[in-house]
Amino acid sequence: MAECHPVGFQWVMEAKAKGAKVIHVDPRFTRTSAVADLHVPLRAGSDIALLGALVNYVLSEGKEFREYVVAYTNAATLVGEDFRDTEDLDGLFSGYDADKHIYDPSSWQYEGSEVAAAAGHRDAQYSDRAGEDSSEGQQRSGGGQSHGSGGPSISGDPERDETLQHPRSVFQVLKRHFARYTPQMVEEVCGVPQDVFRQMAEAITANSGRDRTTAFVYAVGWTHHTVGVQYIRTAAILQTLLGNIGRPGGGIMALRGHASIQGSTDIPTLFNILPGYIPMPHAHRHENLADFVQADAGTKGYWGNMPAYTISLLKSWWGDAATADNDYCFDYLPRLTGDHGTYNTVMRQIDEGGGGYFVVGENPAVGSANAKMQRRGMANLDWLVVRDFQMIESATWWLDGPEIETGEMRTEDIGTEVFFLPAAAHTEKSGSFTNTQRMLQWHHQAVEPAGDARSELWFYYHLGRIIREKLAGSTDPRDRPLLDLTWDYPTEGPVAEPSAETVLAEINGRDADGNPLSAYTALKDDGSTSCGCWIYCGVYADGENQAARRKPGQEQSWVAPEWGWAWPANRRILYNRASADPAGKPWSERKAYVWWDEDQGKWTGHDVPDFQPTKRPDYQPPDGAKAEDALRGTDPFIMQSDGKAWLFAPAGLTDGPMPAHYEPEESPFENAFYAQQSNPARETHSRPDNRYHPSGDKPGSDVFPYVFTTYRLTEHHTAGGMSRFQSYLSELQPEFFCEISPELAAERGLEHLGWATIVTARTAIEARVLVTERMTPLTVRGRTIHQVGLPYHWGSNGLTTGDAANELVSIALDPNVHIQETKAATCDIQPGRRPRGPQLLEYVAGYRQRAGIDELTGTEANRR
Amino acid sequence: MTATTHRSSNPAAQLGYDQPPARKGFFTDTSICIGCKACEVACKEWNMVPEDGLELSGMSYDNTQGLGASTWRHVAFIEQPKSLGGQESNLQHEGVDALALAGGMATSPAPSTRTQVDLGMPGTVLPGAEGDAGTATPFRWLMESDVCKHCTHAACLDVCPTGALFRTEFGTVVVQDDVCNGCGYCVPACPYGVIEKREGPTGNDAVGLAQKCTLCYDRLKGDLEPACAKACPTKSIQFGDLDELRERAQVRVDQLVAAGETGARLYGHDPDDGVGGTGAMFLLLDEPEVYGLPPDPVVTTRDLPEMWRRAVLAAVTMLAGGVAVFARERGNR
Repeated sequence: MAECHPVGFQWVMEAKAKGAKVIHVDPRFTRTSAVADLHVPLRAGSDIALLGALVNYVLSEGKEFREYVVAYTNAATLVGEDFRDTEDLDGLFSGYDADKHIYDPSSWQYEGSEVAAAAGHRDAQYSDRAGEDSSEGQQRSGGGQSHGSGGPSISGDPERDETLQHPRSVFQVLKRHFARYTPQMVEEVCGVPQDVFRQMAEAITANSGRDRTTAFVYAVGWTHHTVGVQYIRTAAILQTLLGNIGRPGGGIMALRGHASIQGSTDIPTLFNILPGYIPMPHAHRHENLADFVQADAGTKGYWGNMPAYTISLLKSWWGDAATADNDYCFDYLPRLTGDHGTYNTVMRQIDEGGGGYFVVGENPAVGSANAKMQRRGMANLDWLVVRDFQMIESATWWLDGPEIETGEMRTEDIGTEVFFLPAAAHTEKSGSFTNTQRMLQWHHQAVEPAGDARSELWFYYHLGRIIREKLAGSTDPRDRPLLDLTWDYPTEGPVAEPSAETVLAEINGRDADGNPLSAYTALKDDGSTSCGCWIYCGVYADGENQAARRKPGQEQSWVAPEWGWAWPANRRILYNRASADPAGKPWSERKAYVWWDEDQGKWTGHDVPDFQPTKRPDYQPPDGAKAEDALRGTDPFIMQSDGKAWLFAPAGLTDGPMPAHYEPEESPFENAFYAQQSNPARETHSRPDNRYHPSGDKPGSDVFPYVFTTYRLTEHHTAGGMSRFQSYLSELQPEFFCEISPELAAERGLEHLGWATIVTARTAIEARVLVTERMTPLTVRGRTIHQVGLPYHWGSNGLTTGDAANELVSIALDPNVHIQETKAATCDIQPGRRPRGPQLLEYVAGYRQRAGIDELTGTEANRR
Repeated sequence: MTATTHRSSNPAAQLGYDQPPARKGFFTDTSICIGCKACEVACKEWNMVPEDGLELSGMSYDNTQGLGASTWRHVAFIEQPKSLGGQESNLQHEGVDALALAGGMATSPAPSTRTQVDLGMPGTVLPGAEGDAGTATPFRWLMESDVCKHCTHAACLDVCPTGALFRTEFGTVVVQDDVCNGCGYCVPACPYGVIEKREGPTGNDAVGLAQKCTLCYDRLKGDLEPACAKACPTKSIQFGDLDELRERAQVRVDQLVAAGETGARLYGHDPDDGVGGTGAMFLLLDEPEVYGLPPDPVVTTRDLPEMWRRAVLAAVTMLAGGVAVFARERGNR
């Protein structure tokens, strides 16, 4: 966090100054470790073993926050009789289809009910509910984001056992599932000595409960794995058991890679969700708005209002053209037919060719896994638009990319028409950033952009305007969605910049009279309200830009509600009803946050209560109650249709209702937990340009004996477009390097500041060598394992140049979110520079041959 | 900026400034530095200091390598086989000397009875010599943002023949480009090796002229804190009235020592040291040498008055002798 989020890290340092203990889990000793109380180095890709052991420690030592767990989680809920655990099936859950490598989640349901997910694959059981056959394409495409808001639908009342003794209660299922996650296994699998693990476990549990809370912070070190979503799930289970959710000082913070990545999932640049985590509709047969909301809206919890959220969104986009008679233009929305994620798109570019591609503020030729495939895809297009500050590698690969050097591509053969359009920086435009705590902060333009540089808002607004002008008068029905769009933003200033605040006002939403709405609870399903993103409703309350508020902390309460604006409804902590006990009293004076005020007959406290303001703690829903009214006064998790935090996820995940440790796609070790080696539902794409290594005891795995992990340095930014072209940043880290331990240097004869060649089945790259004790060998399963650290910022352009670490990474994906596994894979490392030109291809082919790699390697269901 | 109570501590007061503000300075608490180098970048951005070379140094993450004409803030990174008080690093090394083995060099530390000061260079001490194999290797990573010390007795200022270097009303020491004639006397005068003449193509900004931290004199004039302190995310660099910073530094060092960080110490806080105390003081976790700081800096012009006195005495003596000889010779005629 100190490495990649130094500004946010000030709060960790502040907490530390107040006595907080800081534990840093990372394969490397980083700038975060340097100021932590405890550094826990572990083998990259083994976090579920560690976190699972923490869960087991809590459960077996009785350290859970029992009252919280019984009242606020689904611990007491009974799981259906058909469910089979990894304990029963040696690493698989019930419902696995070994041919298609996917799960049918129907056996994971609660006893006596059916639930759809709060987030993620809300659509997974669509077919059952809509009476259709399930299809693989549907399974593969649905993966939504698992963070943020979202809601379950539930039918029936699940059975519960408040004593938590029933063998099929979630609590007992969880206990059995995690029983094998012992400190011994942590030592065996992660390389973390048992006493270090115990120290960590004791610190976390001692700092959780009525009086104290513990927070977890993670970034892509947890997400970039073939089982990444389940890493976060394990942390969520742990935090829920300890009562650290919905309470001050608790929670799980997802650190983002850039400013406003949270914003780009709230109002998504993702293919499978609409603004506010409303799922993107599938190309189901005969689907209309009623089918869509019927399949996805919950009958209990706030997702019960999905029709209002969806119709208000459609009204926001298509205005007067959206009417009840035409399903509010629901048919204008595109439909999913499968996985349209980045990597699938790249493979289609390579295999099918044609089409266009907008690359905006990204540098896939450096920053995405298997960079060669990214470039091959871009080389097979009709046109490519790159919008960036600098001539990044994604704009120049056709002239000087690695494939030109190896002779795999010739500039004259490439048909892609490449457009480079300079982009304005955040100082050159107004807009909002949404950070990890869901807080929007407005930034005002400071200067006009130089030259031809323009904002994204300018670019897309005027692009849309020109296209609409060209289509004006068209009678072709396929042009209606474009022509009917509300696209009337006023422009201002010398470059006709659209007013960003007008866009914010549109996102906020308006009532039937055009007045700004103040809360999402005002949204209607009758077409009388419009709202571009229901969770952002209120950001423009009273016609004022609430995100632009900057009242200093010392002039307001410690929760600082008047600094920016947090969704939803300016709540700073989600599910904060859980900060009070079932009777509505704070769990402790020290951790008081919101509570029930009997005299006033409402919830009150330091923050905006995340609960119906006057719903009494003893409220019991009457028969037939809908949406939020169907939840009890003791159900804090109001987006879930059972109002509970899920220790066991009966729906929403494609790879199991509970996390299990699986080895990365490429690992030097067999899975010590189960016969199942790696995530059985992971997405592999074995093709000549994306071969995998043999793992564990398989022949040839010793050809790639080391683990490598990629990461960022403080001095550079992601794929380098914002740093490698800046002299002040380039001089601070002027060359691509790899970090290795003295022991690995000795083993391979690598010299400090000399060159190393790092090899995978994809290609080989070269880097200067930094030998440092910050990289530690670990003892895993009785063997010494070395890890190679590779910062991924470099490419061939800019003031500081070098090979891109992502050349080495394969496309092997998490099945929920299609994220690549950049954090743990295997490699070889040799002294000296890599071969040049065509010799590089021969060199890597030799490795593939020696390891016996073919199209099946690494793609098996992987059962021993 | 209306502190009159501290005026006595401000060397500006003795220089004829009318009611100068309290002396300003830095307190750099290295125990909370996270090595982000935001200070280096903010300094360069504000003061338009040029890039200082793209060289991978191999000295941990320190590619800046030292203060100079084009580097006015420098973050040192020291990888040390020592434990940080209260920290457990859990690194497991087998006693391999990183540099020696990687470089194929033989290391045979010279046998010595003297206690060697660990300079914090990676691999100068065999880790195995300090810990048992199989147990965690002692390790810590120190970071320190260095800067011009703005000495109470500033030799650079003393030797400057043009008046380009001057003491500001804030008690800081600033060099003026447009007065500097590039004589370079100040360069060897600095006991810390801070000030330097900028090299580069003629015509580039300030080439051939002495350059160093101004403690953002222009920002101070506008009631703003220096760029480095403003950018520091963890408040490792604190700016303020020197007297108050000194008190704060003492509280912090006591706190750290009490918490078991026995190596914690202040540097530059003592008005009785060789430079009369500095305007930029530091909380260090090890000997100053480890950070590349002189352990006992002395203003290089300290002995000048005495030297001049002796020189004058010698001259007078010589002159007297000459006169005597002359007189005698005359008398002999």
